[in-house]
Amino acid sequence: MSITQSPASLFTAATEEKEGTFNNARCHSLWIREALDELPHSFTITDPFISGHPIVFASPGFLKMTGYSREEVIGRNGRAFQGPKTNRRSIMEIREAIREERPVQVSLLNYRKSGSPFWMLFHMIPVFGSDDGRVIHFVAVQVPISGQKLRNGSVSDVSGLSEMVLGSCRREVCLGSYVHQEERALPVECDEQELENWEHCEASESEKLKSAEAVSNVLATLTRYSEFAGRLVCGKRNCLRGSDYCLSSSLVISLGRIKHSFVLTNPCLPDMPIVYASDAFLTLTGYKRHEVLGQNCRFLSGVDTDSSVLYEMKECILKGKPCTVQILNYSNRKDKSTFWNLLHISPVRNASGKTAYFVGVQMEASCRDTESKDLRPETRQLSVVGAVRVAVRSSFMVTC
Amino acid sequence: MLKIKRVPTVVSNYQKDEASDASVGCGRNCLGACCLNGARLPLYSCKKLVTSGEKVVVNNEAREPPVAFLESLVLGEWEDRFQRGLFRYDVTACETKVIPGKYGFVAQLNEGRHLKKRPTEFRVDKVLQSFDGSKFNFTKVGQEELLFQFEDGEDGEAQFFPCMPLDADNSPSVVAINVSPIEYGHVLLIPRVLDCLPQRIDHKSLLLALHMASEAANPYFRLGYNSLGAFATINHLHFQAYYLAMPFPLEKASSKKMITTENSVQISELLNYPVRGLLFEGGNSMQDLSDTVSDACVCLQNNNIPFNILISDCGRQIFLMPQCYAEKQALGEVSPEVLETQVNPAVWEISGHMVLKRKEDYERATEEEAWRLLAEASLSEERFMEVNALIFEAIGCSNQEEELEGTNQQNTNISVNQTSNRSHGSASECLVLQ
Repeated sequence: MSITQSPASLFTAATEEKEGTFNNARCHSLWIREALDELPHSFTITDPFISGHPIVFASPGFLKMTGYSREEVIGRNGRAFQGPKTNRRSIMEIREAIREERPVQVSLLNYRKSGSPFWMLFHMIPVFGSDDGRVIHFVAVQVPISGQKLRNGSVSDVSGLSEMVLGSCRREVCLGSYVHQEERALPVECDEQELENWEHCEASESEKLKSAEAVSNVLATLTRYSEFAGRLVCGKRNCLRGSDYCLSSSLVISLGRIKHSFVLTNPCLPDMPIVYASDAFLTLTGYKRHEVLGQNCRFLSGVDTDSSVLYEMKECILKGKPCTVQILNYSNRKDKSTFWNLLHISPVRNASGKTAYFVGVQMEASCRDTESKDLRPETRQLSVVGAVRVAVRSSFMVTC
Repeated sequence: MLKIKRVPTVVSNYQKDEASDASVGCGRNCLGACCLNGARLPLYSCKKLVTSGEKVVVNNEAREPPVAFLESLVLGEWEDRFQRGLFRYDVTACETKVIPGKYGFVAQLNEGRHLKKRPTEFRVDKVLQSFDGSKFNFTKVGQEELLFQFEDGEDGEAQFFPCMPLDADNSPSVVAINVSPIEYGHVLLIPRVLDCLPQRIDHKSLLLALHMASEAANPYFRLGYNSLGAFATINHLHFQAYYLAMPFPLEKASSKKMITTENSVQISELLNYPVRGLLFEGGNSMQDLSDTVSDACVCLQNNNIPFNILISDCGRQIFLMPQCYAEKQALGEVSPEVLETQVNPAVWEISGHMVLKRKEDYERATEEEAWRLLAEASLSEERFMEVNALIFEAIGCSNQEEELEGTNQQNTNISVNQTSNRSHGSASECLVLQ
């Protein structure tokens, strides 16, 4: 597996591609989008490897259901459709399913563009790359829950009904048996303000089946079209989780919150390659992600870089100690300019207690005179180290 | 008088044995009158409390929210002290794992956290005890252990002042490091440190803690509180906080709605969890939520019932657990196997994060054992219901537990007022299902 490839998103934006493969990937991306557009279901596809874990595809069904246009949805995180009355526990369940890279099915209160709330069954699955077993995308299907009432009186046994629609009014307790219904005529759809007050809204069996069917269709489409693109995906992880070169999607999502230039390198791999580079790092250095992943950081040094500084860094790394140096770096920006980099390096341990990575936090020296209202630059650099420590330590504690 | 012996956790490098704490001279750069003059710390001032309707920050972020400013401040300053060697050990070098099972209890092997010293006596039968200036308290910490000042601001926006004098007249609240951290970023929030308040909940302080949870804007940053008798080490008002990027088992426990108060605070009872407790959430504003919980705590304090608090989900959820482990221990009623682990069920342990000092305990840690230990801390069902009745009375609600099995009951004599969208009358509440 090539470690210089960017994560195998099926919706890779043109800018991420290497020259030469540009046209090919663009075509495949288009074909996949066209095929997905044909599906009737409401669903979204997200990319955990883009900072912010945004939506990269939204089906026409989703846009119709929520009232948004495609431009308004692409690039946003799924929580944009939640609101103040969305159940916190459900939000936590979804967050944890993402972190643990597993499926989840939960009823959720969402909000349309108009601001009106609606209940839906949210069914999300991870999509794995066939060759390396990494999570490449999450597919989320939304099935609106109708709110139809049970028409007849009491029902004592679930199995007696083949196609029943559960009422979703608050009175009904879903414990495997059904509560005797008041003989009142309630409106088929309770008014919207009511919807927000419901603690929970159970989906019917048929609604759950619908969501499973939709997930299956979307996955089948992705699998089929990914084959054409030469990047197989599947619904189950079919090999050992990733390799040491690849970070888990949940770690990448956590690191994506850190808006600062930094890299993670793996000291256990030959030549200590970069295994993660933040967006800010790419902006600072002018390189593309696929150009830096898998490389040792020395590509940033050049003719006039002080070799004694390099030596000092090497010593600290060998001793496993943090250090801060001022080093001349060579960028790949348009002007190919050099810059003074106030670089802080530190070893980072994972849940086993052993060093798993080194973090390197870059700061362009000219940026040091920040406004007095901000954190001191040194504090800001250290905060990056701290955030990385928390992310790395916790990411290895994922329950299986 | 009930007492137990235990080795107190060292939270500051200046903490000594209670017994030998003589009047230490200064030059230690502490917070006493001797050194306060000229002391400066960064100051973080929260944005002003919003009123009803905008209660908690609705996440309008289009993307996964970035690291918030307060989080950067905590982590950056903590990492600074970490690299300066102010902690007694490197907590990230302590092996940790999730115990297999339904709840995902987190276990950590930490042989360095607990000192091999002679245990101190703690009185465990009085939740309210007066502040004793001769004992260790947070005015005796070195200033290097302080990270920043923290206050409820007056502005619509949060403000930061990198270098603000510590002014006794302003009654500053500070955030300090815990030199025996449970996890990375373990800090202490000490409201109005110079006022030397004893360890007891008051409305203003709990609100400050809620503010911190909200401003950190990270659901994995929780605040916790231990009352005296529930394993608070130091009788000087403080909360604890740290980062653990996964849910606590307590946060995953299901709950059953019991009542909603006049100001829309919902109170639920925890289900299927080894420790019985209440979950407070909602409210017309953060202040309402805070005040309701404070009222409940004051009631417990006045009735001499030890308890722990966990502030979770950026301040949207507050767990309140009365407990009786220390009392049981003093009366010799705790099983020997549980005692041997020397794990004291304080708020983090009750939440599901266990620090184990013996390798064998760590190796064979199971969910059943964690459950067994925590169950020892829980009040019995009968006692818990008695305590609930006390609490509900104190917060001005009559106990409105509903019958849910089988039938609907029309409960028209609800004393809890609802702004009514309940035009059809029934007050039965749903189970929140997991």
